[in-house]
Amino acid sequence: MFDITDRSLSLEPLVSAVTRSSSGAVASFLGVVREQTRGRQVLYLEYEAYREMAIPKMREIADEIRRKWKVDEIAMVHRIGHLEIGEASVAIAVSAPHRHQALAACAYAIDRLKETVPIWKKEVWTDGEEWVGPAACDGGVAGSEFRVSS
Amino acid sequence: MKVRVRCFAAAREIVGSGELVVDLPEGSTLTQLFDQVQGQFPRLQGLAGSLLFSVNREYAPSDKRLSADDEVALIPPVSGGADV
Repeated sequence: MFDITDRSLSLEPLVSAVTRSSSGAVASFLGVVREQTRGRQVLYLEYEAYREMAIPKMREIADEIRRKWKVDEIAMVHRIGHLEIGEASVAIAVSAPHRHQALAACAYAIDRLKETVPIWKKEVWTDGEEWVGPAACDGGVAGSEFRVSS
Repeated sequence: MKVRVRCFAAAREIVGSGELVVDLPEGSTLTQLFDQVQGQFPRLQGLAGSLLFSVNREYAPSDKRLSADDEVALIPPVSGGADV
């Protein structure tokens, strides 16, 4: 299950989708909108995706995971549109025969998703706004502190 | 040749549209494409240092040569910062 949706997210459908009779563990991740980012008060976030590229990039991450760990199934769903504080923006679930593979693969999945999947969030604060995109979130590879003066 | 350019996030806001069709000489590179689009939308200059490109839904280096009907995307990692 790899998808981009404008509907609210929850983990249960992903956990159900990945659980196999061979699975001894399901690790899951839910990213939620927090009220402060870099010391600024968030009003809301707007997410947008390059859907036709984003879903294949999610599948590539799943392929990378299968080369690194013995896992059963992988599911990733990202939400787009207007999100309020506390709402879920991304959900991931990974099943595996053993917990260590499931946990490591789930952590890898969210890190890689933020690096390579073309999805952007516009952070709208009480005193400004900024777009954040792939390879930029949370100290990503392409210079997280880069700021464009405009 | 005509190339389709998808614009996202700050690039979309500057261009005022999610998609452009750009007419380029055969064999043009992504850099040449961007120069031309930037000529039309000078505020894209503000993104130039941080922008990533994709061609046909794969990330691509700026010296990549384009073909007719390629789908290019402008992928800004971080941008904006405008106070409102």
